Amino acid sequence: MLLTITTTYSPATDLGYLLHKQPGTVQSLQVAGGQAHFFYSQADRERCTAVLMVEVDPVALVRGRRAGAPEAFGIGQYVNDRPYAASSLLAVAMRRVFSTALAGRSRERPALAGAAIPLEIRVPALPCRGGEALPERFFGPLGWRVEAKEIALDEAVPSWGLSQYVDLSLYGDIPLQDALSHLYVLLPALDDAKHYWVTDDEVDKLVRVGGRWLATHPERQLIASRYLAHQRSMAESAVGRLEEMGVPGPGPADAQPLTLSGAGGRSLAVERRAAVTSLVQELGARRVLDLGCGEGALLQDLMRIRGLTEVVGVDLSSRMLEMAARRLRLEQMSDRQRGRIGLVQSSITYRDARLRGYDLAVLMEVIEHVDPARLAAAERVVFGYLRPLSVVVTTPNREFNGQFLGLVTGQLRHHDHRFEWSRAEFRAWATRISSTFGYRAQHREVGDLHPEAGAPTQLVVLRRADVGSEASAEAAHATG
Amino acid sequence: MQLDRGADAELRELSIPETCLVALVGVSGSGKSEFARRHFPATSVLSSDFFRGLVSDDENDQSASPAAFEALYFVASKRLAAGRLTVVDATNVQAEARRALVKLARDHDVLPVAIVLDLPLSVCVERNRSRADRDFPAQVLHRQADQLRRSLRQLEREGFRRVHRLRSQAEAESAMIRYRPLLNDLRSEHGPFDVVGDVHGCADELVALLVSLGYEINWDEEGRAVRGHHPAGRRVVFLGDLVDRGPNTPGVLRLAMGMVAEGTALAVAGNHEVRLARALRGRKVAVSHGLAESLEQLEREGPAFSAEVAEFCHDLLAHYVLDDGRLVVAHAGLKESFQGRASARVRDFCLYGDTTGETDELGLPVRYPWATEYRGAATVLYGHVPVATPEWLNNTLCLDTGCVFGGSLTALRYPERELVSVPAGSIWYQPARPVASQVAEPSDRPPTEVLDITDVLGHRVIDTKWLRGISLRAENAAAALEVMSRYAIAPDWLTYLPPTMAPAPSASGRQQLEHPTAAFAAYRREGVTDLLCEEKHMGSRAVALVCRDPAVAQRRFGGDGSATGALHTRTGRPFFDAGLSQLVLERLGEYIGRAGLWQELNTDWLLLDCELMPWNAKAEGLLKETYAPVAAAGMAALSASVLELQGASALGADVEDLISRTTTRRRNVLAYREVYRRYRWDTAGIDGLRLAPFQLLASQGQTYEGLPHLWHLGVADRLAACDPQFISSTKRLVVDATQDKSVEEGVAWWEGLTESGGEGMVVKPSRNLTVGRRGLVQPGLKVRGVEYLRLVYGPDYLDPKNLDRLQTRTVGRKRSLALREYALGMQAIRLLVEDAPLWKRHQLVFAVLALESEAVDPRL
Repeated sequence: MLLTITTTYSPATDLGYLLHKQPGTVQSLQVAGGQAHFFYSQADRERCTAVLMVEVDPVALVRGRRAGAPEAFGIGQYVNDRPYAASSLLAVAMRRVFSTALAGRSRERPALAGAAIPLEIRVPALPCRGGEALPERFFGPLGWRVEAKEIALDEAVPSWGLSQYVDLSLYGDIPLQDALSHLYVLLPALDDAKHYWVTDDEVDKLVRVGGRWLATHPERQLIASRYLAHQRSMAESAVGRLEEMGVPGPGPADAQPLTLSGAGGRSLAVERRAAVTSLVQELGARRVLDLGCGEGALLQDLMRIRGLTEVVGVDLSSRMLEMAARRLRLEQMSDRQRGRIGLVQSSITYRDARLRGYDLAVLMEVIEHVDPARLAAAERVVFGYLRPLSVVVTTPNREFNGQFLGLVTGQLRHHDHRFEWSRAEFRAWATRISSTFGYRAQHREVGDLHPEAGAPTQLVVLRRADVGSEASAEAAHATG
Repeated sequence: MQLDRGADAELRELSIPETCLVALVGVSGSGKSEFARRHFPATSVLSSDFFRGLVSDDENDQSASPAAFEALYFVASKRLAAGRLTVVDATNVQAEARRALVKLARDHDVLPVAIVLDLPLSVCVERNRSRADRDFPAQVLHRQADQLRRSLRQLEREGFRRVHRLRSQAEAESAMIRYRPLLNDLRSEHGPFDVVGDVHGCADELVALLVSLGYEINWDEEGRAVRGHHPAGRRVVFLGDLVDRGPNTPGVLRLAMGMVAEGTALAVAGNHEVRLARALRGRKVAVSHGLAESLEQLEREGPAFSAEVAEFCHDLLAHYVLDDGRLVVAHAGLKESFQGRASARVRDFCLYGDTTGETDELGLPVRYPWATEYRGAATVLYGHVPVATPEWLNNTLCLDTGCVFGGSLTALRYPERELVSVPAGSIWYQPARPVASQVAEPSDRPPTEVLDITDVLGHRVIDTKWLRGISLRAENAAAALEVMSRYAIAPDWLTYLPPTMAPAPSASGRQQLEHPTAAFAAYRREGVTDLLCEEKHMGSRAVALVCRDPAVAQRRFGGDGSATGALHTRTGRPFFDAGLSQLVLERLGEYIGRAGLWQELNTDWLLLDCELMPWNAKAEGLLKETYAPVAAAGMAALSASVLELQGASALGADVEDLISRTTTRRRNVLAYREVYRRYRWDTAGIDGLRLAPFQLLASQGQTYEGLPHLWHLGVADRLAACDPQFISSTKRLVVDATQDKSVEEGVAWWEGLTESGGEGMVVKPSRNLTVGRRGLVQPGLKVRGVEYLRLVYGPDYLDPKNLDRLQTRTVGRKRSLALREYALGMQAIRLLVEDAPLWKRHQLVFAVLALESEAVDPRL
């Protein structure tokens, strides 16, 4: 990996005093992950270029990991871009090689150390996860003119298009210390893949190095979040500390993932859970299954409902169930609380006797993750074998996708969705289920209703036809 | 039911059933523990003293008794569920204590037995006094003795099926336990059998069926069939409901009774025999369901015959366990936990099935489909509910084909598993409901969700023919559940998953990481020297299940009839969408037909192990996200680095080493890029796809692991000849590992293959599946090419300081994993051709996937 710093300040060779290295020599030292080399490739009055090159030892990078840890496996380990792409490894090397310059000290040229000088920075292979516009958004507000040349993934395979790397050049009249601190913070943030485990002292490091300029940077939230490996609590603490130092401004527009809003400004996910929980109460269910409970957001809501004696979260993934247990604080629950909740690993394409005999099963945003070829099996298990008194199913309404969510035609809302149904398709499905398995369907819509496209989420309640039919027949007689 | 009075103290033989719960009864100090030690295996004895010690550290702490007994009952129930003799060593002088034991025995459908140590009180007092750890006041013993005395007469009434009473020390010491098998235990009878479904008075059809099965029938002077025997010594097993509804119940009974008496037939009771017996013995029964006809027909035969019939029907057992436990026969079937057990509810299950107590709209009892959940090892044959055609479900088969309703009378030859049937002569009786498949769902085949979550989740130990005790950890199964449920094709189409393949041991002291000589040497160490080197195609492992037409596919493997097979990856994912997959399968099917393989192998489906190319057909994402970026970043960074270094050199810095190293690294990245480019090319639908089959796994009734690899490649060549563009042939070379010259040829061949861009080769034992001196031998060892390995270990792996470190890699885990997966896969194939139940086959395929989640270095 490579970084060059060029100045056209006159005399340009004064760069040597700022960096505390003299031209004509090579300085090599051991850094995390390999060896760093520092040298000049050009050094005259008009132009002086300092070069930091890191030779990464890919084998050591892999072998250094804890043995047996799952992340130690993965083909990407030896075959990865870390030896070449600018990353946190480069930032670590910068800190070692430029420690004095980063601190803004120069014995020979103390005045120049704080002065804006004409600088050109080049990073020939910079990974930019999240789009080529990011370098401009990150470096632009700091006074840099940004040139990001796109690099093809493989020129022999034009259909693959561009790689995520850019050949980055920055131009500006900026004090060297600032330039180095910009790079130190922003290169890893652009790369967005730290080579080490981020701990709390990273927050200190970020505030210390970037504090002066990051506090007022319009993208500070995104930068902090990416620099701190998306650990939300750390990013919040960093941004909080930064904002105390600077002027708080509006948060960045893109820090939020795609969310749909429902009525009253609530997110669609919240809206959906509210719809399901109110249905649970309406149906008078006491023992409820949440099939495909994921991280347990709905379970948390269901637990609050008075009169629910048993809530069971079911998921395919044991990892999800662990997350749900953490979210629900299962460990800390009293026995009485714990008696109301269960977490079960299972699959709706297998029969599972543990899940029979419940009042209600919720399939919230689940069926669209089932392969169409396996859907029939899932139907037979849920409606034919488990046979809860009621089943609530929610699924995206495809008609809502295009014009309202900004998705291109045919694009689905989630990469794992195997299908998304129109309202007519969903109704047809519910009708077939009802007649095959003896249920009665009642449709609802969730989220802001659009006159043509309907609501973003569609919902159906299927009630067993053989239960409570006499009661409803009586009711019909009474009213008729 | 007898109360032994036990007069002779010389040699008391205490007869008890092989599986039962024995309650020792006696006051403290009567010598129960001593008796148990002397007469029963130590692990079968559960002593209340011991359990008190377990829960309280004090065997005499009476306050610990409730907890101790709870634990004791728990252990006892585990033993009884497993069918193990269980002896409870407690005083058991109180009725409540014994009631709990009788209930425990009944819950597990075993017989409770009491052995009473009714010794003189003085002996007990004396013995208690001599025990240092115990000092019961005398009144406790007196009270116990009093309770015992009052108990003695109660025991039978309480439900103990056998009570042995020992009255003296001498009697207790000289007693002999004699284990008696249950009457239903005919495990020593190995057949062969011809198992006949419900006859219901269809005498002519029965005779016709027996004749077509090869039996010779004996007739009496009145021309009635009275006996029959098979020249090859086969025996008939009647599954019950011989009687009622049909035209000639006496005729059927005469023949069946004759054969049973002579030992050429066995019979179990049907519900109709039970009712007939009760009617004939003058008990009140509802005369319906065809019983009236039987009574009327029997009346014409006279009272003597009727009396014989009454006795015969009354004495029939409800089920038999035959052939070392491999076969169970019962009129309405029998679930696993009831097999070989004896209780009223076991008998009810045998006679009436798994009734829920509900009745349907016709007033007929609602039955639970026990066979869908059946997971037992024994084959269960039964009748009772007529079906249109017998269909295996989880190793159970209903043989009632509704003869009396105008269907047919069917027998199963066992162990051959061939069905033989004769049509009904007439519709003798109108059924209450149409004869239908016993499976509730309106489907031709049992639906796949007969699979139960307990079939796959949790810790499991699997035995295969070649490798026993393969242990699957619960967390691996949990991981596999996600992959299987979210990504894999339907279980009935997922017949097999290929094993991972181990590389040859690292070639230390060489310029390469992998080298053929290491593979040859590894096989030589196992005593395998006749080897075949096969070109390793660089694509993705593919399993192709190809049926002759959609109808075959649906009949044999299920589905909706739109596909002629399945094409999946080594983790069970489909390669393509249904349309493209079908195109590939149809083309493959066409070539199989053109090569004449359907006829030659006498099959209408084939399972093939293949490699599918190009690599990007499956792994385009991997190429774009992992492989190509490395080259893109590498070229950008290293090209710029070389330029900067040249500038430094011009300034007089000593960077020659750095320049040379960086230039080499740049060359390495270029070479790396060349490798992956070679294995990718554009495809459009089926155009550009290539398939290289290299092994035939299975066809109807046949597996092929015993045929040499050259035979398999010969088959592949015939397919390739049909369309060399689409089907790639596999290059090969025979190597004799004992001959230096042959080994050298092998090395040279590998070098030629890999220098021209090949991935490498796989070295296999020529004869295919091989069991060597140390057990199952690796089915293949891969030897990958020098250039190819850049994709695995990075562009710079050949740098001596990298290579040195990489050569220390260990392949032991990978080899062990490969072997386990291989054994599981072969077992899955064996079960497939044997038509084993889906759950059993799925367990093996699932096991391969579970093992794949073990943490093993994926670069190997």
